[in-house]
Amino acid sequence: MKITEQAVEQLALLSRLDLTAEDQTAHTKSINVILDYLDLLNKLDTSNVEPAAHVLPLKNVFREDRLQPSLAKELALANAPEEEAGAFKVPRIF
Amino acid sequence: MELYYLTAHQLHDMLIKKEISAEEITRAVFGRIEAVEDKIRAYVTLTRETAERQAREVDKSIAAGEKISPLAGIPIAIKDNMCTAGVRTTCASKILYNFVPPYNATVIERLNEALSVMTGKTNMDEFAMGSSTENSAFFTTCNPWDTDRVPGGSSGGSAAAVAAGETIVALGSDTGGSIRQPASYCGVVGLKPTYGSVSRFGLVAYASSLDQIGPITRDVTDCALVFNAISGHDPQDSTSAPYDQPDYTSYLTGDIKGLKIGVPKEYMGEGIDPAVREVIRETVKVFSGLGAQVEETSLPHSEYALPAYYLLATAEASSNLARYDGVRYGYRYKEAEDIVDMFMKTRSEGFGAEVKRRIMLGTYALSAGYYDAFYNQALKVRTLIKGDFDQAFEKYDLLLSPVAPGPAFKRGEKIADPLQMYMVDICTLSINLAGIPAISLPGGFVNKLPVGLQLIGKPFGEGDILRAAYAFEQSGARCCKLNLLQV
Repeated sequence: MKITEQAVEQLALLSRLDLTAEDQTAHTKSINVILDYLDLLNKLDTSNVEPAAHVLPLKNVFREDRLQPSLAKELALANAPEEEAGAFKVPRIF
Repeated sequence: MELYYLTAHQLHDMLIKKEISAEEITRAVFGRIEAVEDKIRAYVTLTRETAERQAREVDKSIAAGEKISPLAGIPIAIKDNMCTAGVRTTCASKILYNFVPPYNATVIERLNEALSVMTGKTNMDEFAMGSSTENSAFFTTCNPWDTDRVPGGSSGGSAAAVAAGETIVALGSDTGGSIRQPASYCGVVGLKPTYGSVSRFGLVAYASSLDQIGPITRDVTDCALVFNAISGHDPQDSTSAPYDQPDYTSYLTGDIKGLKIGVPKEYMGEGIDPAVREVIRETVKVFSGLGAQVEETSLPHSEYALPAYYLLATAEASSNLARYDGVRYGYRYKEAEDIVDMFMKTRSEGFGAEVKRRIMLGTYALSAGYYDAFYNQALKVRTLIKGDFDQAFEKYDLLLSPVAPGPAFKRGEKIADPLQMYMVDICTLSINLAGIPAISLPGGFVNKLPVGLQLIGKPFGEGDILRAAYAFEQSGARCCKLNLLQV
């Protein structure tokens, strides 16, 4: 058992997920099975290996600093669950 | 043969000879959809009206004597994770059930320029996380060869639509095998291009360093034609490779004499159905018969690919999927007390179980205290896996392997056990980690179900892959014909 139910509860909070007690138990079980398997990685000595975040030899991809048309406000707001005065409306923050 | 079972290049020849019209092709495909879609369920959204209008435009161009592109008037189905302006794009998730993109993905812009005809948006595992379409929030697609079985995933809707005659060609996306494995299960051709050769602009991100869009087609020629249309540099994707792409049909010569092919032994061992291994051994004979030199080789770090993949893919997913918060688009929980409550309930109701599991796993891998043991270790293993391939390609032009450990499995067979489902991708995901191209090609049958063979190439080696794939297909030795299913 690598990860407890309390730890999964904390992970859910960090992930902004609200799990039912039942889901929490099920996810704890399945995440533990997966973590056991993932542990295989730590059998490998990688002390002299560089990490590869990316496979293409690209760096510093720039474009010219030119004004270009962007998405119109009405289009950007077209999918908003709620909008008001040209802005996205959300529930109270505090 | 019925129009809906022809290939894009056959239909193109008929179009320019004026033997048929684009409108007739589109009507034939939608007639087929009406007849079989109840049993296959490949599509989330159909776009018949705009398809017919696009087809009529093509007919006008032909009547006016204009030269048309090879994909003009050709029906194409699009996986529902590519943005289509004005057409709902759901990722088969409740959280995007009502999302109508205000812009097109670059691949869609390019297909529009080619005057191809979009039939609709195809079903998939939610956010491309899965290998069977059983993780779709809407419904599971059925395999046209046996409707009790899954079509594979995550691009299962696209592969099933191509196999069932519900489109002529399709686009899928591949993060760990999501084009190749469904192509194998459905008896069609699927190409995962080199990372960076097809723009990801407008592709809803799952794992950004692994995702690539590619074609799903009925033969290798169509694969080359679709790849020609969608590949090439795009300034809107900063990971797009700044290289000129050749005309890939120029590689379809049928000549592979002297080509060196390695068969990695790790892909032919335990965990692979012996009947699948037998199919692959038969394909080796075909390639040898065509003049290729085939021998066994080794990719020693293969067993570490799956754990490295699941750490990296979930870590990237946990970050990419943070954007679904109910603020700007998609589903929102309406009765929230405050904004954090809104975030939590929107995401809990909007995401399915597998997506939640991967978000949490990724959050775990990136969290303080585990970052080095998991995420950074996985990045280092990625270096080793890429090194294995680099070394193999010093000696070989291509590598040959199975696509999946077995043929299509039954619905419900693996869904309860995530690890068992992940194992289905064991032969495909190291290719994404290394960023190299690979094709899935019909190679034979196991219990009357199609089984693919995988040809893996060097970075930007799609030409060699297509050359060998075409030679194999044309040899007819193990050619896997469409089943012309009566559903």
